[in-house]
Amino acid sequence: MNIHEFQAKEILKRFGVAVPRGIVASTAEEAKKAADELSGGVCVVKAQIHAGGRGKGGGVKVVKNSDQAAEAARAMLGKNLVTHQTGPEGRQVRRVLVEQGLNIARELYLAMVLDRAQSRVTVICSSEGGVEIEEVADKHPEKILKETIDPVIGLAPFQCRRLAFALGVPAELTGKMVGVMQGLYRTFDECDASLAEINPLIITGEGQIMALDAKMNFDSNAFFRQKEIVELRDLDEEDPREVEASKYDLSYISLDGNIACMVNGAGLAMATMDIIKLYGGEPANFLDVGGGANKEKVAQAFKILLADARVRGVLINIFGGIMRCDVLAQGVVEAARELKIAVPLVVRMQGTNVEIGRKILAESGLAIIPAETMAEAAEKIVNAVRSKA
Amino acid sequence: MSILINKNTRVLTQGITGATGQFHTKACKEYGTQMVAGVTPGKGGTAYEGIPIFDTVESAVKETGANATVIYVPPPFAADAILEAADANIALIICITEGVPVRDMVKVKRYLAGRSSQLLGPNCPGTITPGECKIGIMPGHIHKQGTIGVVSRSGTLTYEAVDQLTRLGMGQSTCVGIGGDPVHGFEFVDVLKMFNQDAGTQAVVMIGEIGGSAEEEAADWIKANMKKPVVGFIAGQTAPPGKRMGHAGAIISGGKGTAQEKIDAMKQAGIGMASSPAVIGKTMQEALARQ
Repeated sequence: MNIHEFQAKEILKRFGVAVPRGIVASTAEEAKKAADELSGGVCVVKAQIHAGGRGKGGGVKVVKNSDQAAEAARAMLGKNLVTHQTGPEGRQVRRVLVEQGLNIARELYLAMVLDRAQSRVTVICSSEGGVEIEEVADKHPEKILKETIDPVIGLAPFQCRRLAFALGVPAELTGKMVGVMQGLYRTFDECDASLAEINPLIITGEGQIMALDAKMNFDSNAFFRQKEIVELRDLDEEDPREVEASKYDLSYISLDGNIACMVNGAGLAMATMDIIKLYGGEPANFLDVGGGANKEKVAQAFKILLADARVRGVLINIFGGIMRCDVLAQGVVEAARELKIAVPLVVRMQGTNVEIGRKILAESGLAIIPAETMAEAAEKIVNAVRSKA
Repeated sequence: MSILINKNTRVLTQGITGATGQFHTKACKEYGTQMVAGVTPGKGGTAYEGIPIFDTVESAVKETGANATVIYVPPPFAADAILEAADANIALIICITEGVPVRDMVKVKRYLAGRSSQLLGPNCPGTITPGECKIGIMPGHIHKQGTIGVVSRSGTLTYEAVDQLTRLGMGQSTCVGIGGDPVHGFEFVDVLKMFNQDAGTQAVVMIGEIGGSAEEEAADWIKANMKKPVVGFIAGQTAPPGKRMGHAGAIISGGKGTAQEKIDAMKQAGIGMASSPAVIGKTMQEALARQ
């Protein structure tokens, strides 16, 4: 789960990481008032959407006074902001963050991520702040510094000092930098984050160290103990079908194609998308109904798939180990009847009670196309969709 | 021959009184696995399907000599269950539970370092040596005794591969599901090492997916060390970057962890890559024919 910049900054502040003074506004009038409250002078108006690259997309404006702040906010609010991370349709801007202007002397990069190979959290930093870290990794890998964190010890001060000196942070600011790094690690750890990134982390002319921009992602497996974080979820920023699916504990990701698929298990679901593509089709989604899916879940999954107007065919691929094929077939038949499916439907089932399951499908009177293998299923749905087009 | 488990493995179930624990303990027992004990705190002294239940792992091990444990407890308590099993020095800990927070697993891995216990999972189907011992949630009936080792990050996709092997007459020595979480126990390389040593394993199927770099590391190891044919498949060739495809670990981030990078690395290591998930079995058949 992602959160907005202003939310991430609120969290950082709680953990002792300094951030610029800022006020969230959802109208131009509020933005003007915010700018006046901040000083009336130079400030920055930043569009709040869950995507990076806002600056290049016109979502960050430096303004000289509160009238200009209102104008900048008006230009952003309600409009779709397109960045390289949003896709061509962009994201609607519903709020802006108005922040005090600062005297920036240096821009650094600081982040906490999980290093999967080591099963440890790693702090990454670079003297090249303000650009995407992937770009730095590509062009100047030597400018990326890392320290691996022992979960029992936490991020040790000596590790922070080592990084601070390597970054060329002035000696008198080392203590402050240690505080910022440790604060970010504590944020990551205590909030069950999967990414906590400050880019840029700035040093001002007055010797302050501040998070000028912040991005955080969270581990959804830990939501049972992160009630406050869960409340920060912004459903407006998510695909409505993905939100609907998550209510039923279905794992759904919307894609660009027209062949919907319903599969049990994430690996098999990805493999099913792959084989559709291999036969010349385009998957409309990833959908994992889980290992223990029942009739109700299958019906819900169907509804979500068919809510996508682009869908021209459905492929169901279930390897029933725990899930019995007869139960699945019953669910498919009931849902297909109830929803009056008008597009071709190919069902491939394998596993426990598969013969009874196939019989149920065959005797349903519905135009369900059966398939024995994954390859056959993919070929049949791609052909069925093509012949209808 | 086999790896990790065989007919002599004595298995304990942690979380034996929950619905999932009961269902699978019974299924494993019916398969022929020696299910010797269960643990549910507070239910010590009772029994399920004739299997004695204990309050602690320590007492269960002491009384029954269990040398493997399978964990079905809910996510908030799963990490603690692994720690308890490691504290009791159980040789093999298998955690089936899906949804364990990464932060918990980072601590668990730190605790396991230098200890004798080995961890499989979490968020995995478990492991099976066909005809001898099944520990986990995979359907037993699709497996067949034989000489192909299977190691995979996926659950149902592994069943698909096993089913193809069995239909083509190729039985399995042991199948190991290492799980789809970013922080977990056994890696591909750990399992591949065991298959390489195992006289009962003739060739190996390795099934990976997008995210992380475990497949690339495995490919490096195979290139340098593997004496047996390996056939592979990578799921997620059509997955877009930045989207988590079900498994917490299956995400392409920062342009890394793509299927293509993995496929290229595996091909370079001499692994026979299945072009489609439907031909994993056939690819193995061809690899064996070349032997």
